[in-house]
Amino acid sequence: MNVEQVFREERGRLLATLVKRFGDLDLAEEVASDAIEAALRHWPVDGVPDRPGAWLLTTARRKAVDRLRRDQVHAARLALLQVEVSRADAPVTGSLPDERLELFFTCAHPALPAEDRGALILRCLAGFTTPEVARAYLVPVATMQQRIVRAKKKIREARIPFRVPDPDELPERLPGVLQAVYSIFTEGYAAQRVDLADEAIRLARILRDLLPAEREVAGLLALMLLVHARRDARDELLEDQDRTLWDSDMITEGSALAELALTGGHGPYGVQAAINALHDEAPDFASTDWPQIVALYDVLLRLTPSPVIALNRAAAIAMRDGAAAGLALLDELADEPKLRDYHPYRAARADLLHRLGRPAEAAQAYREAIALAGTSSEQDFLRRRLTAVEERS
Amino acid sequence: MKYMLLIYAASDQQPSCTVADWIAYEKEMRGAGVLVSGHSLADLVTATTVQVGPDGRRTVTDGPFAETREVLGGYNIIDVPDLDAALEWAAKCPGSRDGGAVVVRPIAEFDF
Repeated sequence: MNVEQVFREERGRLLATLVKRFGDLDLAEEVASDAIEAALRHWPVDGVPDRPGAWLLTTARRKAVDRLRRDQVHAARLALLQVEVSRADAPVTGSLPDERLELFFTCAHPALPAEDRGALILRCLAGFTTPEVARAYLVPVATMQQRIVRAKKKIREARIPFRVPDPDELPERLPGVLQAVYSIFTEGYAAQRVDLADEAIRLARILRDLLPAEREVAGLLALMLLVHARRDARDELLEDQDRTLWDSDMITEGSALAELALTGGHGPYGVQAAINALHDEAPDFASTDWPQIVALYDVLLRLTPSPVIALNRAAAIAMRDGAAAGLALLDELADEPKLRDYHPYRAARADLLHRLGRPAEAAQAYREAIALAGTSSEQDFLRRRLTAVEERS
Repeated sequence: MKYMLLIYAASDQQPSCTVADWIAYEKEMRGAGVLVSGHSLADLVTATTVQVGPDGRRTVTDGPFAETREVLGGYNIIDVPDLDAALEWAAKCPGSRDGGAVVVRPIAEFDF
């Protein structure tokens, strides 16, 4: 392992332990950086220590105590200082605690703005720098800097705790953490950033280690693996994808996790994972198990009613019962405000009209979709579909 | 750490909670030893606003009245370990139901 990989592995863990100990995210971040800088100076010369995590924690703790000795006002607020001073010189022994779960729940606390939770997780648990987080969310560095400073100020001054919610609170709090990690994944997809999607999967693996009994954690990891398995073919619609490009190891792992996620109960991530498992395991588009997919969409729609899920269900019904049945359902959704400017809705209508041999209406729906599409790659893709329809008419 | 719970009532909705609910809530806060102080406010029609201009002149006006949908009806100051505990007490407040809302504001602490 090279030095940088060690840091990637250790930074989140180190930060979580320091936050837990000092109750102060800023101080923890500063001394974590100090310790990593020290490691960058020493390790290339002295070699990587046997227990890099323990070395970093011991160093960071000493740095924290130094800083607090210099800053008495700050220190007065941290009751733990005396304990820390007496411990700072003792080397860290025994197994290192893993307190990252506390940090996950702090970063994704419901009192923080939803759009900042993924950013904080990237910064605190994935070891991203602020410019890297800004690039992930396609916002200027100064904007992201401001958002992170504001979120950290709230954590500190409103005293958002570093704690894992009690089991009775977990059903209310865990979805927020999962949503934040999933938002990193979908952000990665929207921006065509494979590294971000990989990072989201890595974070979900950490969560899965920390909460092995939570089926929705398994469901989220499964869902991301099963979607990401198709990454090399994703420029095409599912029906046109070259399935030999799919990542069979990821499919195997994701399918097993999806099964686990739906054992003894189910949540929205597990159900979405199962839908993707059926797609990934089908030899080709036509022989996909459509009745089962429709049944899963029915479950999903009950769990999380949303017009977008209704749209996907209609597309699955079109495969099970024919394009006319699908189109009838889509037309029922025409007045949904959420779908009015949603280009996949127009594209799905266009596709079904095309299949029903109504090329003029299909072309019109494709033009509407192109006008609504957000990115140029989406527009290009839709234009190719439009051209195909026009050529055949 | 002290937090102020600002209790807003929806002006267009009749709350279903009773006086007994409020008494029980206060009793529970006292029992837990978290209540520092708290009051309900008299009807909004009794409110008066004072402003002093740059020339030192005082302006006194009747109101403000409910142009907004939500009206501040009372407050509690509680002393609890962290925000999660404060949110827990806010959720127990009868004023958080029936279209009402409780805003949780940490009390600023200054080092002198």
